[in-house]
Amino acid sequence: MNASYGLKSWLLTKDHKRIGLLYLATITLFFFLGGAFATLIRVELLTPQGDLVSSETYNKLFTMHAVAMIFFFMIPSIPAVLGNFFLPIMIGARDLAFPKINLLSWYLLVIGGLFSLFAMIAGGVDTGWTFYTPYSTAYSNSWVIATALGIFIAGFSSILTGLNFVVTVHTMRAPGMTWFRMPLFVWSNYATSLIQILGTPVLAVTIVLVFVERVFHLGIFDPARGGDPVLFQHLFWFYSHPAVYIMVLPAMGVISELVAAFARKNLLSYTAVAVSTIGIALVGFLTWGHHMFTAGMSGFDVAIFGLLSMLVAIFSAIKVFVWVGTLYGGSIALEVPMLYALSFLFLFSVGGMTGVALASTSLDLHWHDTYFVVGHFHLIMVSGTLTALLAAWHYWLPKMFGRMYPRRVAVVAWALVTAGLAATFLAQLALGNAGMPRRYATYPARFEALHVASTLGSWVLAAGLFLTLAYLVRAIFRGPAAADPWGSLGFEWRTTSPPPAHNWDEPLAVDGAPHEYWREDPP
Amino acid sequence: MRSGRLHAPYADLAQQGHAARLGMWVVIASEILLFSALFALYAGYRMAEPDVIRAGARRTSLGLGTTMTYILVTSSFFVAMGVAALRRGVRRACVAWLLAAAASGVVFLGLKATEYHEHLAHGLAPGSHFAAADPTGGGLGLFFALYYVATGLHALHVLAGVIVLAILALGVWRGRWDAAYTAPVELGGLYWHLVDAIWLFLWPLFYLLR
Amino acid sequence: MGEFQLFPVQASTLAPEVDHLLYFLLAVTVFFTLLIFGAIFYFAIRYRRRSEKELPHVVHGGYTLEILWSVIPFGLAMVMFTWGASVFFTGARPPDNAMQIYAVGKQWMWKLEHMEGVREINELHVPVGRPVRITMASEDVIHSFYVPAFRTKQDVVPGRYTTTWFTPTKVGRYHLFCAEYCGTRHSGMIGWVYVMEPRDYENWLGGGTGGGSLAENGKLLFEQLACSNCHKDDNSGRCPALVGLFGKDVQLSGGGKVKADEAYLRESILQPQAKIVAGYEPVMPTFTGLVNEDQVVQLVEYIKSLGPKPSAQAAGAPAAKK
Repeated sequence: MNASYGLKSWLLTKDHKRIGLLYLATITLFFFLGGAFATLIRVELLTPQGDLVSSETYNKLFTMHAVAMIFFFMIPSIPAVLGNFFLPIMIGARDLAFPKINLLSWYLLVIGGLFSLFAMIAGGVDTGWTFYTPYSTAYSNSWVIATALGIFIAGFSSILTGLNFVVTVHTMRAPGMTWFRMPLFVWSNYATSLIQILGTPVLAVTIVLVFVERVFHLGIFDPARGGDPVLFQHLFWFYSHPAVYIMVLPAMGVISELVAAFARKNLLSYTAVAVSTIGIALVGFLTWGHHMFTAGMSGFDVAIFGLLSMLVAIFSAIKVFVWVGTLYGGSIALEVPMLYALSFLFLFSVGGMTGVALASTSLDLHWHDTYFVVGHFHLIMVSGTLTALLAAWHYWLPKMFGRMYPRRVAVVAWALVTAGLAATFLAQLALGNAGMPRRYATYPARFEALHVASTLGSWVLAAGLFLTLAYLVRAIFRGPAAADPWGSLGFEWRTTSPPPAHNWDEPLAVDGAPHEYWREDPP
Repeated sequence: MRSGRLHAPYADLAQQGHAARLGMWVVIASEILLFSALFALYAGYRMAEPDVIRAGARRTSLGLGTTMTYILVTSSFFVAMGVAALRRGVRRACVAWLLAAAASGVVFLGLKATEYHEHLAHGLAPGSHFAAADPTGGGLGLFFALYYVATGLHALHVLAGVIVLAILALGVWRGRWDAAYTAPVELGGLYWHLVDAIWLFLWPLFYLLR
Repeated sequence: MGEFQLFPVQASTLAPEVDHLLYFLLAVTVFFTLLIFGAIFYFAIRYRRRSEKELPHVVHGGYTLEILWSVIPFGLAMVMFTWGASVFFTGARPPDNAMQIYAVGKQWMWKLEHMEGVREINELHVPVGRPVRITMASEDVIHSFYVPAFRTKQDVVPGRYTTTWFTPTKVGRYHLFCAEYCGTRHSGMIGWVYVMEPRDYENWLGGGTGGGSLAENGKLLFEQLACSNCHKDDNSGRCPALVGLFGKDVQLSGGGKVKADEAYLRESILQPQAKIVAGYEPVMPTFTGLVNEDQVVQLVEYIKSLGPKPSAQAAGAPAAKK
């Protein structure tokens, strides 16, 4: 991996590990950009009036927060950084199947990101990340086209990454690596890739239609010209609901690895987790309608989409029970990655159960488009995916860089992040149930106390994240050397830390599943 | 020459061929979903306003559309013959078949351009630009918006396919690929068949179901 | 400063039903949250690693467990779904005797119109205890009619009518929000619903701005726009007669039939060629751009007042001319 240095060797690299690190730099940038927008939003909401920014600016802030976070941080986060780095290693391959395409997909993300950045700097975009028509196509006076183009291009990055992962998993596994010996992190990235391949093209077409509609006034979604704006919502959510699973399935994969490694047990049921991973990916394609219960669907459609949404909850519940059950009788080391994993188990469960509540049709009529939904998906996305990402970075830091993070500072940061997450987003659930609609720059005074609680929580969270950024960056370059601190039996730990350029000095020999700690002769 | 065919991450040509084939099928799955979104949109409008869509389909040129269908189906046959020729080791025949297919693609694009030109000359423009007589009271603009978006996106795929076929023909001519390694030509041909198959859905939707 | 509240007031017949489901879900969520938290906490301490080389105490799961953790969530999910859907369906259809109100969403205000012709902006007065059905249209983008105290929400989609309904149970003043992001001043698209005693409501109605009822205004508009040149009552015109039309099935020229409801009437005014009545030529011009949503509402109410089933609330409407 450190065979050569210099800017050119990085920008033209075909090594999946280096491309993973390029992604890491890119998404970190977008994460702190999106985080800056979030901070401004929370500060503005400290008081009911609009005293920090105008409504117009506020609308741009929440739109750009979501665009940066969803398309340029969350979706590429775990798959493109950690999946890129570890998926080939975990199955004993020397690289992904198509290294050049892998590099191309990073460039596409960067180009798409530049378009979106341009839109943000030039004046911002105010449509909401959902781009609902006809507002986005006929009424908004902001930089919709540049943003849409950026998302369109980034979509191809996502498709190509998915393609690479699927082909790699099918064709590049080491001898002896059967499907049911694959690490669960690989399973979850495989499931994610299926969604990226099959869902993203629909988003691409939808975005193109918004684009042409805005430029040429075709009227496809414009009721003034006979179009139907609700059809836009169907197409949009056909991608954007499964996109939630693009964001959360890899996080579930991380948790599966970590729980096994730090409890020194194979999961209570490997098969149940693997099957429910694929189950979520497939059923996820059939639930988009639950975003539209109030859009005037027929009662029959509402019932069907509500029922199918429940299936996702069941698959997720099975996973949570397996993870918690695995702890029983384990040999549990409360290292920082495990602390994050436990925070995930707790907060993700709350987020997941609020999802079940939302899927129960009649309550959705009350909660839809309120802060309850905002709290729900932030509990899944932030307390779920971001927490898993932090867990993974701490777990794999020695593997990726051969360095260790400072343990005590990390525990402090974990406590701040967990407390901040809980305060910020639980307060939002309460706000939503009290009736506070989302995307409001100003609000009636009776919601003030809960907004203040949420904002205070966000500051604690921000403090924890900045602390984490500081010590992780320092640890990457100056941390104490560490090669294999956990005694983990994940396959990726069988090569040196950091891994050599072609991952394996000796080919991986697979004679069982990962994490078989009870074996007499652990490999 | 031969050793140059095996690329970095693969252990052998069989694995490389397997990866390439699977990769192309994944691309095809992705492309199908891309067009499915447009088909879903069409279905949505067809169910909501069947008369409008039928009236629209009556305004497209059935003769040209059918001719284009024949051309594309024939070109798919050319590609299949080209792959078969390469498998038998007859490189020159393969090049000829591939070029014939690419030329059919160019003719298709020419006809498509003619059709667009004629439509626009008669005011059959998309959306609010629609300027011809409209017995449906404003619905035909929507039909033609769908028509231009769907057939336009398909035409872009034909264009990409023509370029792919030309590159393949050049590669076979120079001996880059032969009977020992046919995967690139097969997969390029597969992509062309996909482009053809998509048209076989567009043709009835926009020309036949009137 | 408004009072702080975690649970919004229950001010409609639907609200307590929705809240009962909410309490159930809350109980289940709290139970499992505590269970998971307790299990994590207990296991993490009880089974903490005591030495570097320590191996796990228990290694196997079992089919019983797998079945349990699949069946229990499945059962609970089905209970939640069935309960939720049944509340949803009971709330889906407004009762026949509901009083009719029209709402038009517009960047960034709510315009509300009573049958008697009283118009309000960002305010809605309704009597307590009587079902209210609101038919909604949008003049620009998508809005959403949301009254947290009633637990109802319905998107207002341009190009079509959507409806919602509620029966207020408690006199008071409740927030009306736009819940679907609609542009710059979205957060300013707030109004109040005033639920009044029936007598107060009648007084309030009586003191409203003069003008005629919706149907009366619609009749005037019908004549101004020269609709009556073609739509003659005795069916002698070039277009179908509108007397007795509302609520009936209409035979279409392309085969099939459609029920003449508000949505159909609206479409026939704005997009007359979309559905042609059997036996007639498509000669009617579109009125898109000539009439706004308010005026469409008046025309629709006028046609409704021509019967056969005049809306129970069209008290001030003229009787159908025969």
